[in-house]
Amino acid sequence: MTVITDALCPFCGCLCDDLTIVVDNNKITDVKKACKLGSAKIMGHHRIKAPMMRNDKNSEFREVSYDEAINEAAIILSNSKRPLLYGWASAVCEVHKKGILLAEELGAIIDNTATVCHAPSTLAVHEKGLPSATLGQIKNRADVIVFWGSNPVHAHPRHMGRYSVFSKGLFTEKGRKARKVIVVDVRKTETANMADEYVQVQQGSDYLVVSALRAILSGHADVVPDTVGGVSKEQLIKIVEVLKTAKFVSIFFGMGLTQSKSMYKNIDNAISLTTELNSFTKCVITPMRGHYNVTGFGQVCSWETGFATAVDFARGAPYYNPGETAANDVLLRKETDAAMIIAGDAGAHFPADSVRHLARIPVVQIDPYWNPTTEVANVVIPVAICGVEVAGTAYRMDGVSLRMRKMVEPMHPPDTEILEKITERVRELRGE
Amino acid sequence: MALNAILITGRTINQGATIENKTSSDYQEATAYCELNPKDIGALGISPGSCVSVKTDHGDVVVKLKENKGNPDGLAFIPMGPWANAVVNPDTRGCGMPGFKGIPSRIEPTEKKVLTMKELIARYK
Repeated sequence: MTVITDALCPFCGCLCDDLTIVVDNNKITDVKKACKLGSAKIMGHHRIKAPMMRNDKNSEFREVSYDEAINEAAIILSNSKRPLLYGWASAVCEVHKKGILLAEELGAIIDNTATVCHAPSTLAVHEKGLPSATLGQIKNRADVIVFWGSNPVHAHPRHMGRYSVFSKGLFTEKGRKARKVIVVDVRKTETANMADEYVQVQQGSDYLVVSALRAILSGHADVVPDTVGGVSKEQLIKIVEVLKTAKFVSIFFGMGLTQSKSMYKNIDNAISLTTELNSFTKCVITPMRGHYNVTGFGQVCSWETGFATAVDFARGAPYYNPGETAANDVLLRKETDAAMIIAGDAGAHFPADSVRHLARIPVVQIDPYWNPTTEVANVVIPVAICGVEVAGTAYRMDGVSLRMRKMVEPMHPPDTEILEKITERVRELRGE
Repeated sequence: MALNAILITGRTINQGATIENKTSSDYQEATAYCELNPKDIGALGISPGSCVSVKTDHGDVVVKLKENKGNPDGLAFIPMGPWANAVVNPDTRGCGMPGFKGIPSRIEPTEKKVLTMKELIARYK
C-alpha cells in the first residue's frame, strides 16, 4: 500500500494541493480531504477499454488497434479543409503544447472549453486588464469577499474553506468572523444562504447593477433610480459603503456574468468597478475557472500563438476573433468539416444545433470516458487520465502553475503520445 | 396549465460528481430536471418528480420537475448538460458564447418520458 500526500486534485480551478491518496496494488482505494467532485473523479468511473471506429454514426463501434485508430484520425484531419480541435481543459499543459502544434500543422481552429465558460472574461481583460491577486494573497488579506454569479458551494466546494470565506491567514486570523461576504445572484443559492448580504438581481440585469454601484462610488448616487435591476438603491448604497471601507476586497465571478445578457461587457464593467475601488481601498477580481486546467490552456495558447483561445491557423499565422473563430461559431455556420474533441465534451456542453452539425461530420474523440461526444464520433481513442495517471503542469484559477502528480500507472497511453503519432502520420500523408 | 419562465442553466454538485460518468443513470438523475419555486410548481398543478416539457424557440426537452425555494417567481433552472442544451439559445452574439442563461421558455406537464442520454443525442443524428 502506498500513501501519496499533498497530491493535486484534477477537477476544478481550485486545484487543491493537499489531498492524501491511498493506493493498493495500482488501484486507488481512498481519497482524503477532497470534495465530492474531486473524490468522484479520482476514485474513477467506467472507462473506454480500447480504440473504436465506425463509418456510420448510427451503427455500433468495432474495436480496433491504436495504430488503426490513429491512422484513421490522421486521414480524417488531413482530408479536412476546416478542422476544429476542441476541448483541452481536462488535460495538462504538455498536451496543450502538442495540440497547438497539430493545429498549426493542419491549419485548424483550436478552441478550448473556456468558449462556453470564461472566454468572454478574456475579451473583457483585453479591454480593461485584470487587477488580480493570487489566492494566497486573498486568503491572507481579504476582509470582504464578493461572489457574483458564482455558486462555489456546488462548483468549487473547497474554495471558501481554503482560499476565501472561512480561510484563516496572516492578517485574517479570525477567518469567517472577521469577514463580510456578499453574494450577488439571480436566485438564492446555497452560497447565498451563507452571505452577510444577499443581492438578488433580475436575470440579465447585472450590467445595470454594476453601473449603479460605479455611479454611487463616484459620488453620483443622485442619478441612480430607486431600483436598479431588481435591487433597491438603499441596498446598493449599503454595498458601496461596505466595499469602500474594506481593507481588501476580493470579487469572484462566474457564469452568472459570462453567460447572461451583455456577456463580456458584464465583466468589462465589473473590472472597471474593481479598478475604481482601488482609489479607496485594495480590490481584486478573479474568474472562478471550472476545469482544473482550463486556465493552463489559455496560458500555453497565449505563449505559443499570442492568443488565449479560439485560434484559427487557416491563414498560416494565428488569427483570433471570438464570434467568428470560436468553436460554436464555426459549428453553427456549418463551416467545420471535421472535428477532434479531446479532454472536453462538446456533445454534452454545446447547444443542440452545434451537436447536430458534429453528428453530420467526421469526429475523432480522444478521452478516457464514454460521453455524448462518443455518440457522435467515428473514431474513439481512449487515453490515460491526466492528473491521476499522468503527471504534468496545470494552472490554478489565479494563474499559479502547479505540478500534477501521477497517482497510479495508466492502462492507456497518454494524450501526448496519441497527438505526437497523429501529427507524425498527418505529415506522412501530406508527403512532408 | 402551462408556465412561462426565464430559463437559466448552470453547475450543481451532483452534475459535477457524475460528469465523467455520463452514461449512468446517476448523471441523468443529476442533470435531467428543471427547478421551479413552490408557487410556480403550484401553478402547473403537478407535483415535483412529475415530467415536464420545456420548450423554447430553440428546441424542446422532457425533464423531471424539482422544487427549489431559492428561485424567484418565473425563473427555471436546469443543470448544465445535454438536456439543458437541447433548449438553450445557440446564438453566440459576436463573442463566441452561446446563450446558456436567460432563455424565455414555456413549461407544461407532459405524459412523455425523459429520454436517456443516448436517446437524446440520437435525435441529432
